[in-house]
Amino acid sequence: MKAVTVSNIRKSFKNGKAVTEALRTVSLDVEQGELFGIIGPDGSGKTTLFRILTTLMLADEGTATVDGLEVVKDFREIRKRVGYMPGRFSLYPDLSVEENLTFFATLFNTSIDENYDLVKDIYSQIERFKTRKAGALSGGMKQKLALSCALIHRPTVLFLDEPTTGVDAVSRKEFWELLRNLQRQKITIVVSTPYMDEAGLCDRVALMQQGSILDIDSPQGITGKFSRQLWSARTEKMYDLILSLREMQGIVSCYPFGQVHHVVPEKDFNITQAQDKIRAMGFPDIDLAPIAPTIEDCFMHLMNHPENRMTAGRNNEH
Amino acid sequence: MRTLLILLNKEFRQVFRNPAILRIMLVVPTVMLLVMPLAADYEVRNVKLCVVDYDHSDYGRRLINKITATSYFHLVDYTDSYDKALHYIEEEETDIILQLPASFEKDLVRENQAKLFMALNAINGVKANLGGVYLRSIINDFNQEVRQDWIQLPRYNVQPIIQIVSNNWFNPQMNYRFFMVPGILVILVTMVGGFLSALNIVKEKEIGTIEQINVTPIRKYHFVLGKLIPFWILGLVVLTIGMGLAWAVYGIVPAGNVLTIYAFAAVFLLAVLGLGLLLSTMANTQQQAMLLSFFVMILFILLGGLYTSIESMPKWAQAFTVFNPVSYFIEVMRMVILKGSSLADIQRHLIIMFGFAVVLNGLAVWNYRKRS
Repeated sequence: MKAVTVSNIRKSFKNGKAVTEALRTVSLDVEQGELFGIIGPDGSGKTTLFRILTTLMLADEGTATVDGLEVVKDFREIRKRVGYMPGRFSLYPDLSVEENLTFFATLFNTSIDENYDLVKDIYSQIERFKTRKAGALSGGMKQKLALSCALIHRPTVLFLDEPTTGVDAVSRKEFWELLRNLQRQKITIVVSTPYMDEAGLCDRVALMQQGSILDIDSPQGITGKFSRQLWSARTEKMYDLILSLREMQGIVSCYPFGQVHHVVPEKDFNITQAQDKIRAMGFPDIDLAPIAPTIEDCFMHLMNHPENRMTAGRNNEH
Repeated sequence: MRTLLILLNKEFRQVFRNPAILRIMLVVPTVMLLVMPLAADYEVRNVKLCVVDYDHSDYGRRLINKITATSYFHLVDYTDSYDKALHYIEEEETDIILQLPASFEKDLVRENQAKLFMALNAINGVKANLGGVYLRSIINDFNQEVRQDWIQLPRYNVQPIIQIVSNNWFNPQMNYRFFMVPGILVILVTMVGGFLSALNIVKEKEIGTIEQINVTPIRKYHFVLGKLIPFWILGLVVLTIGMGLAWAVYGIVPAGNVLTIYAFAAVFLLAVLGLGLLLSTMANTQQQAMLLSFFVMILFILLGGLYTSIESMPKWAQAFTVFNPVSYFIEVMRMVILKGSSLADIQRHLIIMFGFAVVLNGLAVWNYRKRS
């Protein structure tokens, strides 16, 4: 049995006359015990998908199951089994850390002691503040408390909606380590994030863009499918370079990537030829180097070349 | 049941941890009960009177003495110029001008009748109206006295006279506070039951905690009951505080059974809690809930018979008050506190209030379903 299945889910929102298609025929499967990432920029439909899977919202079309249960029919049973951590902190700010956790534990007919082993790693870090009101915690602490509350009833599937958004780099790294540990406890984790660099930390990822899934595969699988060459380009005049390269024959695309530009050339374009050509264009200090593609490169490529996307409704077999 | 207890535990913790709510619960009833009945007084006293006397006669002076001897009138000036008096009215320094013509005494003695002139400043209609009535009745009295002076009364009245003696029931001293305090108690209960509950539910929406609650096995009715029960209790607590204050400050002790009031309040709270729930389904932020509550509250107060009696409203407004739960409770409060009505007397009100409770809660649930 798959932990989560989504098939041909559609959802649109009406705002007056304007209709926003939040999800356009989305399908995916999550294996048991998997750490599955849903990666996409803001507004790509990640939260909508989470809300449908956690039975907070009904899809217009399509079906979905969580832990083998149908999201519409068996919503009550699902609510007993999933843990959900919304993107926005949504615990009671006027209750203390301990009261919040106890409240959610007792709601599920359990206690902190009973499942302490599961939340120990996380809760131990905030336990010394347990009498403090949740509203008075720092951002990272709030997030740890929210995760503890989502875990305290030992869910089979854990949905984390953008848990690392707005969190500093150290805490983010720590958070992913926590998720890895949880995975060892046989919990399926579905996590969404807008950060492409976090994709590599998942077992498999789904790349989402404007309500559609571009690709689903392991991070290596996705980068492995990148069939073109990829160069990094660096010069003094970075802005002029990007404008020139975009005009240049034989260059498919060029986009800024941190300190450098990433350049996708035509298949048969030779790097030394290219270097000479660019040098002649007024960039004597051009430094071109072949590099391995990252998830972000694949995302950019899939975004601009729809023909390479997986077709809707069919999943890549793992 | 277990879930409900957990929710109630949480809810009470939050209420008692919120100093603002506790303060509001204690301070609002005190202030409302201490200030409002004293300030909102419809009794007209100290009507400013200016006498224009062209006569300067003995009878004229007797009349004026009689008028100023009451506590209702305050003599601003005694003059012999109408223009000057009119100027007082223009300056808002006087409310009524009483003019005695030059031949007042002469006409009275000789012709057995004399004319007086009364001019009222009708900008404040109530004051002018009541002041005029008071003044007229004093003049009538004076008239009677004058006649008694002159006539040698026979052993029996020549003409049969019907004398009207009024007896004010239920509020013998016509104390306005006895009328106001029960009404204010109702407003207090409505505020706590209807509006604090609405704000509380909307708060969960606004800070997003309802999202986290919705993914747990808590059923909707658990959540709703968990919200309503605390405010049902708080409403009764506020009523108790209010009645305590009414007794301590104004000496108002219900003539009827206190339990009758509680019985009705219990049902009334069901209705206003339903209203609060309905408001909370319509608002997404506390600000919206606040403004909605404010609007509803104003309607309830103005069309509830707190200040103006419903009977003196135009027919269409009276039709509105039929749909105002507050008006029923105000009526019941006055009936029980002043008149000593029993449960049997307020039966009709009780049944109607049950109807309100069913309809308002039904609407709230229906509206809630529609949106989820």
